[in-house]
Amino acid sequence: MNASPLWHFFFGELNYNSLPFYSPIATIGAGAEVFGALAAIALITYLGKWRYIWKEWLTSLDHKKIGIMYVMLALVMLSRGVIEGIMMRTQQAMAINNPGYLPPEHFGQLFSTHGTIMIFFMAMPFLTGLINVVMPQQIGARDVRFPLLNAISLWMTVAGAGMILISLVIGKFSTGGWSGYPPYTELHTMPSVGPDYWIWALTLSSIGTTLTGLNFAVTIYKERAPGMSFFKLPLFTWTSLCTSILMIFAMPPLTVCTLMLALDRYADFHFFTNGMGGDMMNYANLFWLFGHPEVYILILPSFGVFSEVFATFSSKRLYGYKSLVIATMVIAVLSFTVWLHHFFTMGQSAGVNAFFGIATMLIGIPTGVKIYDWMLTMYRGRVRLTTPMLYSVLFMVLFVIGGLTGIILATPPVDFQLHNTTFLVAHFHNMLIPGTLFGMLAGYNFWFPKAFGFRLNEALGKLSAWCFGIGFVLAFFPLYFTGIQGMPRRAQEIYNPAFAPYMYVAEVGAVILGLGLFALIAQLLVSLWQHKRTRVPLGDPWDARSLEWWSPCPAPEMNFYTVPKVHDRDQFMWMKEHGSAYVLPDKDAYEDIQMPNNSATAVVMGAAGFVGAFGLVWHIWWMAILGLVVVWGAVIARSFITHTHHTISADQLRDQHKAWLDKVAAAQPVSRDHETDPTNQGLAEVAP
Amino acid sequence: MSEQKHAGINLKNKDRDTHQQAESPLFGFWVFMMSDAVIFALLFATYGVMMHNTAGGPGTHQSFELKSAFIETVLLLVSSFTFGMASLSMKYRPERLRHLVGWLIVTLLLGMTFLGFELHDFHSMAGKGAVPHRSGFLSAFFALVSTHGLHVASGCVWTIIMLIQLGVFGLSDQVKTRIMRLGLFWHFLDIIWVGIFSVVYLQGLL
Repeated sequence: MNASPLWHFFFGELNYNSLPFYSPIATIGAGAEVFGALAAIALITYLGKWRYIWKEWLTSLDHKKIGIMYVMLALVMLSRGVIEGIMMRTQQAMAINNPGYLPPEHFGQLFSTHGTIMIFFMAMPFLTGLINVVMPQQIGARDVRFPLLNAISLWMTVAGAGMILISLVIGKFSTGGWSGYPPYTELHTMPSVGPDYWIWALTLSSIGTTLTGLNFAVTIYKERAPGMSFFKLPLFTWTSLCTSILMIFAMPPLTVCTLMLALDRYADFHFFTNGMGGDMMNYANLFWLFGHPEVYILILPSFGVFSEVFATFSSKRLYGYKSLVIATMVIAVLSFTVWLHHFFTMGQSAGVNAFFGIATMLIGIPTGVKIYDWMLTMYRGRVRLTTPMLYSVLFMVLFVIGGLTGIILATPPVDFQLHNTTFLVAHFHNMLIPGTLFGMLAGYNFWFPKAFGFRLNEALGKLSAWCFGIGFVLAFFPLYFTGIQGMPRRAQEIYNPAFAPYMYVAEVGAVILGLGLFALIAQLLVSLWQHKRTRVPLGDPWDARSLEWWSPCPAPEMNFYTVPKVHDRDQFMWMKEHGSAYVLPDKDAYEDIQMPNNSATAVVMGAAGFVGAFGLVWHIWWMAILGLVVVWGAVIARSFITHTHHTISADQLRDQHKAWLDKVAAAQPVSRDHETDPTNQGLAEVAP
Repeated sequence: MSEQKHAGINLKNKDRDTHQQAESPLFGFWVFMMSDAVIFALLFATYGVMMHNTAGGPGTHQSFELKSAFIETVLLLVSSFTFGMASLSMKYRPERLRHLVGWLIVTLLLGMTFLGFELHDFHSMAGKGAVPHRSGFLSAFFALVSTHGLHVASGCVWTIIMLIQLGVFGLSDQVKTRIMRLGLFWHFLDIIWVGIFSVVYLQGLL
């Protein structure tokens, strides 16, 4: 800190101590990360693919490619998050009346990054990615309404994730948990750069998410195919709409409270300080005003995936469609009325607590409606236990248990006993692993052929689903019991030997979860290797029901050759049943269409956002200003470019359409008995 | 031929396709403003919570001047009127760009004068020891009012860019929808200011 003024001007607070040599474990983690990045760069260079990646991916405005990049980001961050989880479980299994292998500060960093990563940089990109790939195709649109904005959202999120990743290598992360409560995270108690990393990573990603919500909502309101009224929207699109609305209204509170904390830390404001008129309870309110709707942002898209999966793999129309839509809407509205249950113990009156407790329990009702609808969808259906279906069934059993423990926690007097214990940890993992993660992985397995043109390996998919299911039960059910017995959460060392057996079981569960991750990665690699045997170019591997499957796999740039006219809720199934799915329409059904050109604007903005945020974290002011100027400069410069689209002619569309239909006509349809065989080329036998 | 005009501001007057073309960006901008309105709602709420947390420092009576706040209000309200005139000349006199450009410049000058007054207010408050790090109340005040001020400043930059684009592209469809969105933004800021004038200045001084 005694650096010269010149050093300080150029490099701010950076110095040798910022490097991760304070503990061998941090050094290894940082080394692995740097090695991974260098290996990826070397591989791309060796294959000579830089140009391809820049032209086809990084600058692409195609919603499908943007979605795929979101999911790739989510999988990378999932790997880091799972490893951190295993490290924490191992520490708690070892540290019973001894210090274990992780010093307290390192343990604090781990639970902070684990939570931040899993919520903001795993679950959010995963669901945003799935919605990006699927939703426009489900509603018969050619792209989202604002393709460039979509790319900007992606690259802002990537910049935020980059902040988290680099915090492992340069400097230390916050130890204030994923919710970053002040006054602990204020400058006086945590003068390190940790909370600043947390603040700017979240600010970048919350801006990206707000813009994503806006984009999706406008797309669903304005870009639906003719005939697709609201009660004909596929259920995944409905849940996407509710999630988008939640994003629009719930992300600003996060932006506000992180920026207020930043003002406290950087400019000596007094929003949340001890004394000088600060009010940290206001932070708890602001944060959870975001934080609770966030829970439903995470869960609703999964509910959408499950609705599609249950109907498709039961070969039945979704049961209780309208009740599912209403339940989704009710959940979205109620999600804004329950935030106070995160701090029942903060000192408000019993009456206030009772109101929020009852509001919380009410959410169980629409959720229960959904569970029954899904069960009745499977009832007497032609159920096939494929990987997505396995995830969905595991979800249904485990999620109900998590919901019941949620009702327990929603009772304020009980919450006073369980607050800040591992019971809470068990509860929210019980909602988020079977709920969000299983939903996302079910969607990943379900729509993978749509995105890439070949199916994922079933055996490894099922192995990974079973590992995640069993691993979750073993890792988190013991925490319910220790929580009831009073074990506090986030404990680096455990002083009660009675908890030891539970910790050992949880450790076994954590290892099995790690195997699940390993199987997931293996599934992807093996599937890539075998992809010639699982190709489904004709487009319909699952005898599916909604419009996104009415095109070859992978879908062409403009998604559809002609704009579909929608007659039915299960439009694609309706077309198959009426024999109109694979018929070449008249020449005048085609028209010239405009598709967006690639643009480097969004990547430049993301890179500048990252650079600017890094400058802010380390007080390198020239860098912060440079980042901000480039971000806004890119927006302004872009507004002077007028040729932003290219045309695809009607003739081209017709030729491509004909080529696809010729292949369909030459192919042999397969029955559901051969769904996972190499004979499944993506043409389903129409049920009699 | 008498041409029937739409009630609202559109790209063309009767053409359904261009109407739809303008509709989505404008609708998207409304959605953005809803999100932005949540930010201001929370800043107002925070101000309400922290209004009395003066920590022994200057309170509302020692910090604010009603006269200056009143002048700022008039400036911003008049600028909303002049932007309205700009929108009308864009709709009814598209062939005479001078009108549109003139009204936009008047609006810009009013916006910049408003910002000048606001900076002067901040400066005189600082002279009285009313600075953001003095108390929770002043932190909340400066966060709320300068967030609005930053919005107005962005609106001014945006107006300058639109003036440049009018010069470069003329009144193209794209420039037109951008000015429509800028108009929405400008009126939105006016409404926020009415809230600030009532909640911060009137509540604090009367």
